[in-house]
Amino acid sequence: MPVTSPLTRRGALAAGFGSVLLPAGLSAQAPAAKPSELKIGITTFLSGPASVFGVPGRNAAEMLAEEINREGGIGGVPIRLFFVDEGPGIDHLVGEFRRLVQNEKVDVMLASISSGSCLACTPLAEELRKVTLLWDCGTQRIFEEGSYKYAFRSQANSTPEMMAPLLYLLKHKPDFRSLAVVNQDYAWGRDSWELWKAAMDVLKPGVRVVAELFPRFGATDFSAEVTRLLALRPDVVLSTSWGGDLDTFIRQSAERRLFERSTFVLPLAESSLERVGRLLPPGHIVGSRGDHWHQHPRPADPAALQRFVANYRRRFNAYPIYPTYHMAQAFSALRAAYAKATAANGGNWPSDVQLAGAFPGLEFDSPTARLRIREDGQALEPQLIGTTAQDDRFPFPIMDRMVVFPPETIMPPVGQKSLDWIRTLTADAVSRVPDPVRPAG
Amino acid sequence: MRGLRRAEILIALLLAAAIVLAAFSTPWLRFVLTVALAKGVAVLGILLLLRAGQVSFGHALYVALGAYAVAFLAPRVPEAALLLPLAAVVAGLVGTVVGLFVSRYREIFFGMLNLALSMVFYSVLEKLYHITRGTDGIRVPAITVLGQPLEGSSYDWAVFAMALGLALLFGLLARAYLASPVGQALAAIKTRETRLDFMGVSPRRVLLSAYVLSAVMAGCAGAVIAMATRHVTPLLAYWTASGELVFIAVLGGAGGVLGPFLGAATFELVRVYAAATVADAWGMILGAVLLLVILFARGGLWGIVAARLGRRRAA
Repeated sequence: MPVTSPLTRRGALAAGFGSVLLPAGLSAQAPAAKPSELKIGITTFLSGPASVFGVPGRNAAEMLAEEINREGGIGGVPIRLFFVDEGPGIDHLVGEFRRLVQNEKVDVMLASISSGSCLACTPLAEELRKVTLLWDCGTQRIFEEGSYKYAFRSQANSTPEMMAPLLYLLKHKPDFRSLAVVNQDYAWGRDSWELWKAAMDVLKPGVRVVAELFPRFGATDFSAEVTRLLALRPDVVLSTSWGGDLDTFIRQSAERRLFERSTFVLPLAESSLERVGRLLPPGHIVGSRGDHWHQHPRPADPAALQRFVANYRRRFNAYPIYPTYHMAQAFSALRAAYAKATAANGGNWPSDVQLAGAFPGLEFDSPTARLRIREDGQALEPQLIGTTAQDDRFPFPIMDRMVVFPPETIMPPVGQKSLDWIRTLTADAVSRVPDPVRPAG
Repeated sequence: MRGLRRAEILIALLLAAAIVLAAFSTPWLRFVLTVALAKGVAVLGILLLLRAGQVSFGHALYVALGAYAVAFLAPRVPEAALLLPLAAVVAGLVGTVVGLFVSRYREIFFGMLNLALSMVFYSVLEKLYHITRGTDGIRVPAITVLGQPLEGSSYDWAVFAMALGLALLFGLLARAYLASPVGQALAAIKTRETRLDFMGVSPRRVLLSAYVLSAVMAGCAGAVIAMATRHVTPLLAYWTASGELVFIAVLGGAGGVLGPFLGAATFELVRVYAAATVADAWGMILGAVLLLVILFARGGLWGIVAARLGRRRAA
């Protein structure tokens, strides 16, 4: 819009409304013709406490997009990213989701770190008939309580993410008698404990739960919790906390030598290792929401993992953490789906429906393994759990005695709900836990 | 003064037409504008209290109450025309009980008490995990509008129309209320409260009436937000949500009932366009806009419009 005269208030107002009305006509395109660029909308946390995951996720997306575009894009079409901040809440997120689909005409959405955001976005994706990959959120409710034609998850969910550390604990420290839990007081903290408790009651009944502590989300002081844990002396302390909460909890537990009395199980601690450094002593159980670890003992393609880690470190001066791998998985799934859908469409660019049809049964590579998306839209992703150890090459603890759990053994089959499935488990599940993998070479 | 009041109606109709036009031409804006209108209604309630010189930093409580009322009642009463009044009643009842306490306090104490109560509600929503699903929130099931099972864009239009209707209705109501003796008494609370006592008018009762009215407005706003987003989370009751409402009130200006709607539309549009251009600095842009308004237009956006109209009339 040419603005020649100096801007008056009325002029500014008119310009404002003009720009409101303009975008509608900007980007009209035929649905199935090969586009000049492939637009991908990504919702992630760019503000608030969860940006410890959101910003690395965005960084990875930008890095991967550049790499893909350098190779000519997906199916010869260069990609362009649009980011949305999950921080301001659901009403903003839902509005932005609509804007990206209806105005920017994005071809695919990658939705959400927060489970609440995913629960809001998935039905919307279905309503707008837009292929949406749930790239990082954890809740298992989505595909267990509903079925969707346009939404797929390119990573695991809470159930395998809690089963793996529990089975690891039962296998490697079978004689614990008491346990305390310190989880953040919000949906994930509660959900993860519910899954763990249900499975533990089945696999090892009689464990005394000496404390269920749910400190406030974003708490900065855990001295009351640490004092209680020192007094109660549980054999095991479980915490699914993450981000600043987990860093602070580890720091304050280390100061008061809680780590010497109890074995900690920290299923999300991989994302905190570099920040807490040597404060986290050896001998505690750590997970990474998948098989994400820069020192993975047996990656499917070691060169690919090394390249990914090296590129990320060169650019952002930090080791990649699990959201960056999840982002890589989403991009890889997308690439594979476009290739499959294009082939099925006789070499022509696929429509939204054809693209959605490519996901069930789709196989794609993560930086560490080959994954498959099931018929219900849920991906099968292995889980890596290890015990912390010192290594002079790193200024932070690394994982030792690593076990890679095949996904089929730690999650319910299609159509079964997690808690129902957990009740059918037997002690057999523990004896089937694979042996630790020795690093190759 | 009378001329300005008549011009206000004209401007309101023009604004409504502009909003409908914008929603018609750009489908995704329909949703943003629905939320903006709903927030405008909530801010209208805050404006009533501002007339009495009282700032509530906790009105998100009533927005969340209205939204959660819809989320909880929708499975049993899946009809928008019933859910909306029910949400208003819930918010009104809680507003009356809370109002009986907070109308005894003024200024910072009034603001902080409201803030505290809204944070209590936020914590309750988070803690009663097995009832409220905690931070994951509750999905609002499909509801009918006047008995019609609508889907897709026709449902969006219905909610948009509801928001616009509420905005016009409450706008007229607030105008009439502010012009009435009770409304005039609100201004007296701000200037000198003892004068009201001498006139035999109870300032507490005056403030209570405004408080309950504002709670009902916020409740209706929450109901519309719940119907539009179809997913409610405790974040609706968080203090930042309350702060957002006060932010909009300052941005729009407290001088007239159009201020909240100007403010809300500007707020949402600036946020959307800021987020679209720089996804991680939208907060800074919004802050800059507010600073500019505070520094150069103390009467808010409505102040700018009113001053212009006044000047033209004088000339």
